[in-house]
Amino acid sequence: MPATVDAPADAPLLQVRDLRTWFLTDAGPVRAVDGVSFDLHRGETLGIVGESGSGKSVCAKSIMRLLDEPARIVEGTILFRGRDLAHLDEEGIRAVRGREIAMVFQDPMTSLNPVLRIARQLVEAMTAHGRFTVAAARTRAIDLLRRMGVSAPERAVQSYPHQFSGGMRQRVMLAMGFSNEPSLLIADEPTTALDVTIQAQILDLLRELNADYGTAVILISHDLGVIANVCARVLVMYAGEVVEEGAPEDLLTDPRHPYTWALLHAAPRLDAETEDRRLVTIEGQPPDPRAWPEGCRFRARCPFAVGKCAEHPALLPVGPGRATRCWVTQDGGPLHPPGRVSAQAAPATTAHPAPLLQVEDVQKHFALPSDGLFAPHRLLRAVDGVSLQVMRGETVGLVGESGCGKSTLARLVTRLYEPTGGRIVFDGHDITHASQADIRPLRRRMQMIFQDPYASLNPRMSVGEILAGPLKLHGIVAGDAAARTRVRELLDLVGLPARNAERFPHEFSGGQRQRISIARALAVGPDFVVADEPISALDVNIQAQIINLMVDLQERLGLTYLFIAHDLAVVRHICDRIVVLYLGKVMEVARAADLFARPLHPYTRTLISAAPVPDPRVERTRRRVPMKGEPPSAISPPSGCRFRTRCPVAEAHCAAEEPPLMAMAGGQMVACHFPGRI
Amino acid sequence: MIRYVSSRLAMAAVMVVLATLVIFLISNTVPGDPVLTQLGDLAASNPATVAEFRHKWGLDLPLWDRYWIFLSGLAHGDFGVSIVSRRPVLEDIADYAPATVELASVAFLLSLVVGLPLGVMAAVKRDSWIDHVARALSLVGVSAPTFWLAFVMLAVFYGALDVAPGPGRLDPVSFPPARITGLLLIDTALQGDWDTFHDALAHLVLPSIVLAGATLGLITRTTRAAMLEALSQDYVRVAKAKGLRARIVVMGHALPNAMLPVVTLGGLAYANLLAGAVMTETVFSWPGLGRYTFQSAVSVDFPAIMAITAIVAAIFVLVNFLVDLSYALLDPRVVKK
Repeated sequence: MPATVDAPADAPLLQVRDLRTWFLTDAGPVRAVDGVSFDLHRGETLGIVGESGSGKSVCAKSIMRLLDEPARIVEGTILFRGRDLAHLDEEGIRAVRGREIAMVFQDPMTSLNPVLRIARQLVEAMTAHGRFTVAAARTRAIDLLRRMGVSAPERAVQSYPHQFSGGMRQRVMLAMGFSNEPSLLIADEPTTALDVTIQAQILDLLRELNADYGTAVILISHDLGVIANVCARVLVMYAGEVVEEGAPEDLLTDPRHPYTWALLHAAPRLDAETEDRRLVTIEGQPPDPRAWPEGCRFRARCPFAVGKCAEHPALLPVGPGRATRCWVTQDGGPLHPPGRVSAQAAPATTAHPAPLLQVEDVQKHFALPSDGLFAPHRLLRAVDGVSLQVMRGETVGLVGESGCGKSTLARLVTRLYEPTGGRIVFDGHDITHASQADIRPLRRRMQMIFQDPYASLNPRMSVGEILAGPLKLHGIVAGDAAARTRVRELLDLVGLPARNAERFPHEFSGGQRQRISIARALAVGPDFVVADEPISALDVNIQAQIINLMVDLQERLGLTYLFIAHDLAVVRHICDRIVVLYLGKVMEVARAADLFARPLHPYTRTLISAAPVPDPRVERTRRRVPMKGEPPSAISPPSGCRFRTRCPVAEAHCAAEEPPLMAMAGGQMVACHFPGRI
Repeated sequence: MIRYVSSRLAMAAVMVVLATLVIFLISNTVPGDPVLTQLGDLAASNPATVAEFRHKWGLDLPLWDRYWIFLSGLAHGDFGVSIVSRRPVLEDIADYAPATVELASVAFLLSLVVGLPLGVMAAVKRDSWIDHVARALSLVGVSAPTFWLAFVMLAVFYGALDVAPGPGRLDPVSFPPARITGLLLIDTALQGDWDTFHDALAHLVLPSIVLAGATLGLITRTTRAAMLEALSQDYVRVAKAKGLRARIVVMGHALPNAMLPVVTLGGLAYANLLAGAVMTETVFSWPGLGRYTFQSAVSVDFPAIMAITAIVAAIFVLVNFLVDLSYALLDPRVVKK
């Protein structure tokens, strides 16, 4: 390790001053990070939040000097233990990387080299800095994996990355990060790609490691709940600068910057009962990083803006340990809570007359390629006997971890897949095995919205063509003129200007693309819409806009939704009833409010407990039910109750007999031998 | 792993048999009658002579019988007798093959030795002068017609500058070494005949450069593209974040991932070099399979054509089998437990 002059013990570990990282493109500089300053002390946990494009990731990569072309640190200093990282030579920064500052990235599925064994990838991280011999590093790698909660670490190091799940890979990444006992760990959205239960495990681990090793942590996330869960201090970034700084207790309960305020109110809360399904959103888009506006960069979208905001505000203190870049709150006053437009009558959740969709004991088994020529095919039981009803005008939520069968179920009810068994009845028509020709008239009435607005729109077709396609296919409009009129109506319906019909998908942002997807689904006038994770690829504020749009459309057009999501707060917010799936089976069905107030199934209970709430005070009072391990394989599910292997209250009986889905008080249904035990 | 290898091997065997069927059917359905070619107009006008000739060569048997004879012959290493040379085809091929194997192997090595590092450096130093050189070189290599390149090289380096030897494998005054493998470089080296070794090597320079041109271009391009792709992956950023040296990041992390497409291409390219050197061999008077193929085709020597085609097909199948095997070694995801 190179000799470094360690600053006095009370000096900050990291001092970032006026950092500017620009992408020097041919079209002029993109000012991604534009004047960021902050301190980080030894052992401190600092969260950085902001939407995509706010500069939070570029900021982290600047510290590690891992910038992609054509990004350059054009100004500022990054003082770390007496050295300016921004101006170290290549060899100097290499000695810091992985040794003194380690980094964990967002996607564990792509962060490990697929052709190298885990052992090699862990060992080289240690030997690269000459601190360990290969043999010592190997022993240490096994110890670290054990510490990170990887079972059978001796065998695990011999494996290749593809043999691990995402959660396990992120544990390997953490082991790698801590292998040289760095004084700073930067985690860039480390849990965004993971299920909420696995996220809770990784966040717990991160907190423990911070406490055990005294390693300072910079946690970058778009999720305020995650930040509140781990961090002692928070930076909020907007348009390349820090707009607010403070302890999460203050900042998340009494925000002093309108952007923080907007972020907080845009996300539905797991712990809040709401009478209105509309969320508070801010208008417009973040400004163009090629030309930040004069004055406050948030002014154009700010509901509180005053005359003085034409002047660019500095980050000034507004109380002990907190600062904000806002003229409005400079006098120390709080921002008022949003005035809700709750004049509108609550959606008519009247007694639903008849089920629009009825699913009875439906199954979908996929045959896997067999091991040998004569070995039997193994079956993946993606959906294994699910029954549910969706009433007309209702929103039913489907929740569960990845692999629980929720997307398969969505494709079954829309008959993109044919069921292996069971019965699906749509508005009185048995469509279980209906032929393509029979199903076609019904396709007009049931449509899907997909998760990825980037992949689900044909890049070679203009928006007008995308929307007109289904109209012509179903013979809904006669002639091009009528189609154009209808396309304009549809764009208007989803809040996009009609001139967009001529443009192509790549010219739109993610949120706008999702609006186009919704318009396409609505083009044929469906009454049933299946939305498969329609908002999970979007920023919080855009999520809120899309949720509001879906709620509006439901009221105006009387739509029925089957809404699939992994975000429990969102599901709670917009759904009337919720179906909880686990390994292809229904665990619990209940009205949204009942499910969160009184979860009866241990799985529901652990799921809710795993989802973080963006308020440290609430977090402290919440009872945590840790979820053990990862979901077993759907190829050979556990006997009896499928959840028993991870259940905190399981008994011998649970392995012997599978609990049926039983009706409980208030219409709640649960498949558990011990409902409500925890 | 054993299951993977055996399944690939079984597949390869099936492919070879299918190839022989296709070869047999095609050569029996194409127009062009060997009888006419061999007997000449006068003899061919005599039906008795024609019938006798047909009977002698088995051309009067039913198609499936002839296929069976062909196939069982192949199984015993009997490729038939050349109608032109009246020698067993296999002996002919054994005479011609070493020249081609030597030329193709040298050309292939040349394109690997130059193409791989060039492609890697072009990707690492993207948009630098070396990238421009690599791209220009591969463009010329891929797009320059072989016969044109062959004539130009011969005209410039042999004709005008006289720094390279002329056509053929050896100078007319050199004595060929006693045949061990038929590969001149190896035979001379084994016998310690270094003068002839140098002569053979010098004669290989121009034709191997010409032959390597297209392959070199493809390998450079593919390596560059695959490396660019690999270098943009998250695991490369992770490798940098560990504090690994740039050389290890490139060679240890990006390159193994980038090798997959290069191996696929390299295998096919080598098979192509072995099979498709007709132009180069003709211009350089190289006594190899390309020339033999050409002569056999012109004289409609069916046994020879079929044998060569079967061998070429077998080479392709073998190379693909080796490519599949190296996949399994390069990428652990290919062989699932």
